[in-house]
Amino acid sequence: MSASTLNAEILKKDFPLLGRTVRGGKKLVYLDSGATSQKPTMVLDAERNFYEYHNAAAHRGAHQLAEEATEAFEGAREVVAHFIGAHTREVIFTKSATESLNLVAYSLSAAESPIQWRPGDEVLVTEMEHHANLIPWQEMAKRTGARLRFIPVTDDGQLDLTQIDTLINEKTRILSFTHASNVLGTVNPVRRLADLAHAVGAIVVLDACQSVPHESVDVTALGIDLMAFSGHKMLGPTGVGVLWGRFEILESMPPFLTGGSMIEVVTLESATYSLPPKRFEAGVPNMAQAVGLAAAIGYLQEVGMHAIAHHEEDLVTSAIAQLETMPGVKVLGPAGPRGGALSFLVDDIHPHDVGQVLDDDGIAVRVGHHCAWPLMRRFGVAATTRATFYLYNTHEDVSSLVSGIRRAQQFFGTTS
Amino acid sequence: MNLEKMYQEIILDHYKHPQFKNLAPMVSGAVEVHHINPTCGDEVTLRAQVVDGVIESVTWDGLGCSISQASTSVMAGLTQGATVKSALDLTAQFLLLMQGKGVSTDADEILEDGIAFAGVAQYPARVKCALLGWMALKDAITREPGEINE
Repeated sequence: MSASTLNAEILKKDFPLLGRTVRGGKKLVYLDSGATSQKPTMVLDAERNFYEYHNAAAHRGAHQLAEEATEAFEGAREVVAHFIGAHTREVIFTKSATESLNLVAYSLSAAESPIQWRPGDEVLVTEMEHHANLIPWQEMAKRTGARLRFIPVTDDGQLDLTQIDTLINEKTRILSFTHASNVLGTVNPVRRLADLAHAVGAIVVLDACQSVPHESVDVTALGIDLMAFSGHKMLGPTGVGVLWGRFEILESMPPFLTGGSMIEVVTLESATYSLPPKRFEAGVPNMAQAVGLAAAIGYLQEVGMHAIAHHEEDLVTSAIAQLETMPGVKVLGPAGPRGGALSFLVDDIHPHDVGQVLDDDGIAVRVGHHCAWPLMRRFGVAATTRATFYLYNTHEDVSSLVSGIRRAQQFFGTTS
Repeated sequence: MNLEKMYQEIILDHYKHPQFKNLAPMVSGAVEVHHINPTCGDEVTLRAQVVDGVIESVTWDGLGCSISQASTSVMAGLTQGATVKSALDLTAQFLLLMQGKGVSTDADEILEDGIAFAGVAQYPARVKCALLGWMALKDAITREPGEINE
């Protein structure tokens, strides 16, 4: 496999599910990887292999299996760390990116938070956040009395930074935003925002769910403090997410979930806690899922993150070009450069109905508010239809999408 | 199962020409409810006036897909002037239809245009769409007059 190209037709064969048919024998065209990706056989094998040969509770027990399970789990941590340019002790396994973000929001507002909350403090997010990077901060604002503020979004789906010097100010304690929008495909200027926030002493949190699976991400280059992403959107299993944090920050944060594994000394009255990452991994960890995620990363690296990013850009550029020539179809979001999430509207046909016609042709897209309801309101729509692309999608998939939309227009009689 | 079977002509007609989709002025004794389908953001506002156990008027407004809009339209047509009891029976019949559990032998007669939604039961993700207006009605006619819910 060369560094800049990939052959999606060949890769597709590694994903058993992509070979199945749906709705009475229709070939599956899977354009919903932004919600969850499909899994290659090697990821399924890695999980199965763990259960068949190495399963035991990691970090406990004096037997050989416990050692092997610990090694497998800690080995997975190393793989994740290397993948994002981090130190191993900075990688925390959670059950999901949602949990990762909740962990941060909870810990930073707990009694022992490193942030000494004062009246008038502010937490800044954006208008384009997924609910998972919005609601934890709403709840945090309730606990701390902080004022939640929002970076607005422009008509073409970019962050509106005209007022950024006011929005990021000496009261800002946390800035949390998405690297790439799950709805609009917008890629945000992480380094610039992070530097502005750091200049006022704020902690910078990044939701990288839609970036880490699709492009090479280096946490040091981004200049952020904490970052969340999920395993299942990057060919890995469900039930495993990651929180990365600069060690100094993690070390200053109190635990979120408490219990076994994360302690130093426990008495009936109190406990002291391990250093990160264990401080944030209470209970027997999701070992098989972490191992599966490490296998997924191995697969992604073998294909090459640059090749993947290039391939997706190629597909989304082609899709946008074709959709924009269709009467009655409107693409939301920036022209480019952008990520692989493509939201669109079809005049006089509700996204659910568009999705139903596409489904009838075997095409799986997402319809609805994409867990970004405030962003829908911003654009004055109740819902959109969204196609998302990944390494296993082809130009033929894009053509199927275009034909499917045309069929929806014909079916509902909105075009000749 | 194909698209034509699900999107019956009756459904598309109601979608393009919804009935009673025009909120009547809020009068004393009327009830207004607002229901949302949280998975997709579709919403309906429904006003019902019940006098002595009879639904004098059902009007609504809403945003949503063809199934939710058409279903609410059919519901409003079927329940104007009906007794609360018969409207609740109708709602129960429609719910059975949506759950794919089979309906009584005279369901065609009772549900009239509503029977066109039988195909929706094959698509679990769309059942909530079809039920949105019906659940709003059930809520409205089982409340005390004057109550406004959000």
